[in-house]
Amino acid sequence: MGIDLSLIWAIIIAFGVMMYVVMDGFDLGIGILFPFIKDKSERDVMMNTVAPVWDGNETWLVLGGAALFGAFPLAYAVVLDALYLPLIFMLLGLIFRGVAFEFRFKAKADKQHIWDKAFIGGSLTATFFQGVTLGAYIDGIPVVNRTYAGAALDWLTPFSLFCGVALIAAYALLGCTWLIMKTEGRLQQHMHDMARPLVFVVLAVTGIVSLWTPLAHAEIAHRWFSLPNLFWFLPVPGLVVLCTWALLRAVRNNANYAPFLLTLTLIFLGYSGLGISLWPNIIPPSVTIWDAASPPQSQAFILVGALFIIPFILMYTAWSYYVFRGKVTAEDGYH
Amino acid sequence: MFGLEAIDLARIQFAFTISFHIIFPAITIGLASYLAVLEGLWLKTEQPVYRDLYHFWSKIFAVNFGMGVVSGLVMAYQFGTNWSAFSDFAGAVTGPLLTYEVLTAFFLEAGFLGVMLFGWNRVGPGLHFFSTLMVAVGTLISTFWILASNSWMQTPQGFEIVDGRVIPVDWLAVIFNPSFPYRLLHMATAAFLATAFFVGASAAWHLLRGRDNPAVRKMLSMAMWMALIVAPVQAVIGDFHGLNTLEHQPAKIAAIEGHWENPPGEATPLILFGWPDMEREETRFKVEIPKLGSLILTHSLDKQVPALKEFPKEDRPNSTIVFWSFRIMVGLGLLMILMGGWALLLRMRGKLFENRAFLNMALWMGPSGLIAILAGWFTTEVGRQPWVVYGLMRTADAASDHSVGHMSLTLILFVVVYFALFGVGLGYMMRLVRKGPVVGEGSQASDGGPGQKRTPSRPLSAASEDMDATDSQTERT
Repeated sequence: MGIDLSLIWAIIIAFGVMMYVVMDGFDLGIGILFPFIKDKSERDVMMNTVAPVWDGNETWLVLGGAALFGAFPLAYAVVLDALYLPLIFMLLGLIFRGVAFEFRFKAKADKQHIWDKAFIGGSLTATFFQGVTLGAYIDGIPVVNRTYAGAALDWLTPFSLFCGVALIAAYALLGCTWLIMKTEGRLQQHMHDMARPLVFVVLAVTGIVSLWTPLAHAEIAHRWFSLPNLFWFLPVPGLVVLCTWALLRAVRNNANYAPFLLTLTLIFLGYSGLGISLWPNIIPPSVTIWDAASPPQSQAFILVGALFIIPFILMYTAWSYYVFRGKVTAEDGYH
Repeated sequence: MFGLEAIDLARIQFAFTISFHIIFPAITIGLASYLAVLEGLWLKTEQPVYRDLYHFWSKIFAVNFGMGVVSGLVMAYQFGTNWSAFSDFAGAVTGPLLTYEVLTAFFLEAGFLGVMLFGWNRVGPGLHFFSTLMVAVGTLISTFWILASNSWMQTPQGFEIVDGRVIPVDWLAVIFNPSFPYRLLHMATAAFLATAFFVGASAAWHLLRGRDNPAVRKMLSMAMWMALIVAPVQAVIGDFHGLNTLEHQPAKIAAIEGHWENPPGEATPLILFGWPDMEREETRFKVEIPKLGSLILTHSLDKQVPALKEFPKEDRPNSTIVFWSFRIMVGLGLLMILMGGWALLLRMRGKLFENRAFLNMALWMGPSGLIAILAGWFTTEVGRQPWVVYGLMRTADAASDHSVGHMSLTLILFVVVYFALFGVGLGYMMRLVRKGPVVGEGSQASDGGPGQKRTPSRPLSAASEDMDATDSQTERT
């Protein structure tokens, strides 16, 4: 067999999840930052910076779920079963937030505060449980006879809860630097002021997660710290340090674009680190992408559609961001 | 919760989330094609009434589409969270079909929805019409994939079982399984009918309040033509679908008919009403017409229809539920046919827009199509029981192993959140309906849309009306 379909699908799904984390990350971050900004018109601007694109961002989550079902049904079955409650809470948070997003613009001024609260609550809930899901996933999911063999509340650990908090910090930083890029004046200044402490918080939580993971999981420690792996992977933490330094500098210099781009790089490095830790498992710690794959005729069947449609979605996404480039001001209405 | 087991709660949860979800796609499918027809007629005849109607309904379409996307997010994950054993067993077949459904939906959203909702007077009329057509076709392709998946679960073929799991061997056989063509036609037609009655009820509401204009009249007229022609066609499709079910799922038919045993040599009667009792193994209080069951289902006066007692007890679907859900669907279908005929009579006498009894009836028939769709789905899905994949996997073996407590908690959360949020969404849609079509709407470019700098592009931003608008704004004649 010349073509490794499972590998191709693992790359497509990893790419889709990456797109989701990056893009829904900054618009969830805006919901997380909402409580810190009280001014109504500034809140309007914040929402308007993502209004034209947020729903497209979430489509990657649906695509990720459906593609996982099609290409790796075992992983879809076991992981979703094991992480039942945090996933349901996350989805409910996203629904709340999505509907609040739309109806805040259509509500009367005196009812807007209800939708503001729904937006904040939904964003926080969705982000926190996304982090919890991630943490529980890294912690590993026991599988016996192709079914989930753990207990219903196995996902509830100090590590997974900490990951929930860590993701809130990370998305807040993404949202913050996104707003630095997309706004000006007082709101932008406010975001510049918040960026610096946020960078330190993100650095701290990333450091803790990065140490906690290998300490709790011998096989992940072995992956990173055995030779010659250590030399291959050393650039990742090295680049994280470099990137953080550049990010702090950019924030101090009141740069416009650099903070967001550097935060994206940081998120990407974190994601790569995660990939290094888990590869080639799709259900950590022991089920690989090949174990969980659907038969080649299933993976090949959907690959035809995916290769045709995903480039099209990417072009459209790029185009809608391009159309929407530049600063957003209070005069712009997107609703 | 209420003495229900985890498996019952899992089924109720799936039924609840999918029932809520299906309302939106059904209207999306119907309105997309309706909009394509309206735009086609506008381009052909240049009568402004078609353009005004297009703009009125495209806003409602947009809100409805948005609700469908949000409620669909949950569906993409429910198979894994609640039915993990099924997902592992049949994922190699149903997973790819679902993936294709999602890919199609995105393709449609990414490509043509933006142009359709925001491109009026911005792109050329030909390109705009093409976009509307593509959206309409896209909704039907989505229907195609999701019904292929469902139909395969009803009448599976084109697979083999290796290591206790389904492996597809022939995708064409998988997709075009025996019940698929009938189910696809039946559902697409149902979506058209449901939309027609929704549109007709909107028109009736305005006419009953004296808000008469050419656009409102055209809405009612078009809806009633649909009822006249498509409702009887749907009855014929339904008949074929029933015969197909008789061939492949005889137990479902026996349960629908509440038919328990076949005395030798006696043709099967048609039970009009009654109460099928699963414990007593009989249909109580029944009112029946001799031989009619044989006539309808076998098109003969002596052949017998399969009876429930011919199937082991553990293989029988719940007759009490499907007996009644089927009769609700058929009853509403007959009312729709009646409405079509009544409308024709009134039309010939020139009284279609004045007869208050008729208009009131049309108003009450507004949700009839959606109720019939739900009743039909309950019939086919409950009738498939006790199987999740017919003859291959029992529903009891398909569920994830969650506790009653967890299932109760999530079910309550879904119910509360769905009613609160989608209630608001439906309320907003109704507000748009009450506003009514505006004469001259759409002579200017719509504000916003992709391709323009600084403009909205999400479906819901196509509707800019205030959701708390006072009635004075809607009092417009």
